[in-house]
Amino acid sequence: MKRKKKSYAKYGYLFCAPFVIAWLIFSLYPTIFTVLLSLTDFKGLGKVVFNFLDNPLQNFETILKNPSFKTAFKNTVVMWVLNFIPQISLALLLAAWFTDARYKIKGAGFFKVIFYMPNIITAATIAILFNKFFGYPMGPVNDIFTTLGWAEKPIQFLQDKTVAKGVVIFVQFWMWYGNTMIVLISGVLGISPEIFEAAEVDGASRLQTFFRITIPNLKTILLYTLVTSLIGGLQMFDIPRLFLNGGPDNGTLTTSLFIYNQAFSGSYMYNRASAASMIMFVVICGASAVLFFIMRDKDEAELAKLVRKQEKEYRKKMKEMQKGGTN
Amino acid sequence: MKSKRTSLALMITIYVSFAILTVLSIFPFWLMIVNSTRSTYEIQQHAISLVPSNFLMNNLAILTGKSFNPILGFTNSLIVSVGTTVCALYFSTMTAYGVVVYDWKYRRQFFSFILAVMMIPAQITMIGFYQMVYSVGLTNNFLMLILPAIASPTIVFFMRQYMIPSLSLEIIQSARIDGAKELYIFNRIALPIMKPALATQAIFCFVTSWNNLFTPLILLTNQDKYTMPIMVSLLNGDIYKTEYGSVYLGLTLTVLPLIIVYLFLSKFIIAGVALGSVKG
Repeated sequence: MKRKKKSYAKYGYLFCAPFVIAWLIFSLYPTIFTVLLSLTDFKGLGKVVFNFLDNPLQNFETILKNPSFKTAFKNTVVMWVLNFIPQISLALLLAAWFTDARYKIKGAGFFKVIFYMPNIITAATIAILFNKFFGYPMGPVNDIFTTLGWAEKPIQFLQDKTVAKGVVIFVQFWMWYGNTMIVLISGVLGISPEIFEAAEVDGASRLQTFFRITIPNLKTILLYTLVTSLIGGLQMFDIPRLFLNGGPDNGTLTTSLFIYNQAFSGSYMYNRASAASMIMFVVICGASAVLFFIMRDKDEAELAKLVRKQEKEYRKKMKEMQKGGTN
Repeated sequence: MKSKRTSLALMITIYVSFAILTVLSIFPFWLMIVNSTRSTYEIQQHAISLVPSNFLMNNLAILTGKSFNPILGFTNSLIVSVGTTVCALYFSTMTAYGVVVYDWKYRRQFFSFILAVMMIPAQITMIGFYQMVYSVGLTNNFLMLILPAIASPTIVFFMRQYMIPSLSLEIIQSARIDGAKELYIFNRIALPIMKPALATQAIFCFVTSWNNLFTPLILLTNQDKYTMPIMVSLLNGDIYKTEYGSVYLGLTLTVLPLIIVYLFLSKFIIAGVALGSVKG
């Protein structure tokens, strides 16, 4: 009996089908819907009808001119930058300490567990906790200030924009440096130990080793950390929302919080919220594109490049041959 | 001699820094736990104390006497988080299996597509998502928080990286010869092999879902459906304004389970964070 080799290709489609269906319903459709809504006059609670605007980009213009959105965008970027710089610096320093065999850190496992801990705790809880810490008149911080005589009477910390921003920045830093540190440690451990040994034999100092060997070899991971942190930072919501709900005077307002407020708290401006979402979508896609470029398979990319090159040469040759033929 | 002295100074610097960071990590939670046992009056006198008092039950009575219901929040969060984790892990592994094991026409393109959509945040498309859910009247339905997890590109990516070296095609081939159906092979042979990867991803998926505030805040309007993070946000409300001890207790109740679970699983979690960053 002749038997054809059974093809299993259809199972490939079947096994990937749930993912695709869920993605179409819960990701693609909402994305398209959001784009459409950003071009309409859709607002108000419980409404279902909407019309496309005569000037389709009107919502975008409104949002880009909106002073609150500008403030929110500026805050988001400022708060991300000011938390990321100390975060990555400290994480790098700690990673260098933890991975250098010469130090033989005792209790390294314990310290890693403790430094990472804040990351696992619900951000909503932490936001409220820090709100209470800076409470007036008798939060713990005021307790310290008055007890130590730094202030004569309790201070209304949270009515100060700079202090409020500073606390949000600190909380972000505090929650994430442990995570970044562990990522960087695994990066350093991935560097071939021979390079470090060679550096030691050559008499390189610790600083030299750190700046000349560790950091250049961590480039990809540093870039990865940068982009993932940026994408996360651009969506900062839980902490500013529950810490002071964007206040005081929009001092901690972020773009995500702005979008939430436009759509869900009182005004129900779904069209404008959609437009603001799309603006952020473009910004985040830009950042993602960079990450995608870094993360794609290096060998594969090189192979594709080689293939393209060969094809080009082949075509060139063909052309030359044709030319030669006509001559 | 000199180098020895500098290295001693450096070692002191290192351990002092570690000590400071350790205090920084523990002190806020310690303060929170201690204050949850103190009365509002005590906290108003001195908000910082290292020793617990004995007003725990009193605070609990005030806390649960108002809108904060930790047991309900806990149950709801558990339903959502378990559902999300199961959906995300099972279907992501299935998708990775479909890409790794079977040879079909567009599988390369499909995987590139997964990489491309990996970083697109759900938050950005929330308005469209909300309107879609609202128009079919499912806003207070937990399924709307759980089912989107079926398409979790990040987990598919991770599972594929793990599957390629650990799942041998010969095993699958021999199971086929024994007459096993494809789904059976996946459930009974592939999934058990993937156990270590599943465990790591399960922890992160669960914690992410447990801590999620944004989506539940938008979808859940019914108080009986509130998950833990929304329940926590009630503590910021006016009704708890002067009940300092109760607020600290409410926060403690949401943090303690996480800390306990973390201390048990910390080894896996730390290893998982490190693994996630090493790109295969």
